[in-house]
Amino acid sequence: MRILGNFDVAEEVVQDSLVTALERWPQQGIPDNPGAWLMTTARRRAIDILRRDRRYAEKLVLLERSTVEGDRAEADDRLRLIFTCCHPALPQDGQVALTLRAVAGFTTPEIAAAFLVSEVTMAQRIVRAKRKIVAANIPYRVPEGAELPARLEAVLAVLYLMFNEGYLSRGSQAAMRRDLAEDALWLVTLLDRLLPNQPEVLGLMALMQLHLARSAARFDAAGEMILLPQQNRALWDREAIAAGVRTLDSAALLRRPGPYQVQAAIAAVHAEARSWEATDWEQIVLLYNTLLRISDSPVVRLNRAIAVSHVAGPEAALGEVNDLAMILGEYHLLHSTRAELLDELGEHELARKARLRALELCQNPAERALLERKLAQLP
Amino acid sequence: MKYVMLFVGTREDQDAWDSQPKEQYQAAMAAAGKWFGDYTKAGKVIGGEQLQGKVTTVRRENGEKVITDGPFIETKEVIGGFALVEAKDLDEAHEIAKAWPGGPVEIWPAVEER
Repeated sequence: MRILGNFDVAEEVVQDSLVTALERWPQQGIPDNPGAWLMTTARRRAIDILRRDRRYAEKLVLLERSTVEGDRAEADDRLRLIFTCCHPALPQDGQVALTLRAVAGFTTPEIAAAFLVSEVTMAQRIVRAKRKIVAANIPYRVPEGAELPARLEAVLAVLYLMFNEGYLSRGSQAAMRRDLAEDALWLVTLLDRLLPNQPEVLGLMALMQLHLARSAARFDAAGEMILLPQQNRALWDREAIAAGVRTLDSAALLRRPGPYQVQAAIAAVHAEARSWEATDWEQIVLLYNTLLRISDSPVVRLNRAIAVSHVAGPEAALGEVNDLAMILGEYHLLHSTRAELLDELGEHELARKARLRALELCQNPAERALLERKLAQLP
Repeated sequence: MKYVMLFVGTREDQDAWDSQPKEQYQAAMAAAGKWFGDYTKAGKVIGGEQLQGKVTTVRRENGEKVITDGPFIETKEVIGGFALVEAKDLDEAHEIAKAWPGGPVEIWPAVEER
């Protein structure tokens, strides 16, 4: 766009070059400088497609190994594209859609399916965002100096939203939907290569790695969601956990703590515990206290309350959760958390009511199934 | 590219602004004046005015032009002033708006001449 001056054209070129590559590579082989491709949409899509063809297994290895240094200009272009897609002048749902479309190479139907909205709605969302980029002259550039922290935060928020959407929707519907969580991890890894030594980028990357390391244990054979306490920890990917912890360590070395790093630290405490009971809950409460100091929010307080229940008992935790009822009354996890605590206190009828309320408010199919299962099981 | 910046606020903001102690009011006006002066010198601000909150609307009703008191859309917001800004892109417009010493600024990109 820096060169072309038009978002649509730039995006088309990326898509076209991808198609060209996919047609050409099987005949002519991987280009001398596949590093350039690493930074394009083409890489991700190419890997998806190459994976389906065994003959390209060797080429795949070559692709995976290529590095950014190969083409700095290409890398800069990619980074500019990310910041443009996540520009705060665009509505956040537009930022997410545009990032998936232009940076991760999703098709509009894929994005629509990932967010459970119609293709028409999603197409409009994307068109509206693109039009604003052109009409308001949103520049194609990487923010500098004092601008960078806030702009980077916006990019990370988009990637985190994308990750959560994918992470919570795995399981029964996963086959139908492209894996947003994996793509979000790929994008944050890409961001770290393009913009190295940003502690919060590393923090978010660690957080995603640590969550994804538990993937295999999160759903049963029928695709039903299994929550952390009931998960079979033998299924956790130890190597992925170690990688997540290493990423977090490299973030910590930069000595600028932030909310993603702290959340990753909490995920690491869970990942390193032998069992739910053996979890270092005091450490987790301390980390939540730190998180509240950096970014206080009702949702963080709710999560902290769950940790508190393990240190100070369900009654103390229930008090904290009830204090949040006014602000988080429409949030299904408030009610399902209340239900869990009420069950622990033997208040099964109240727990049931809370769970029904949670079910009313919850949109996510996997979470709904879990609530329904609990409602059926409990007295 | 041209952007129109609207200096907006609530009626309460406007009242608070108008009823400031004299010295404070003068200092605030001076700060706003300095913003206009600096960016005009830099070629960024190419027009603008402070507005009085005494609005009338002319509109068409059944083919007739009707004059009514107040803004067209019933609103709690008031526009205290505007500036016409020439900036290279939206980010530059944002930087200029961030330097405005007053309240919120809406940035409206103008339609480009073709």
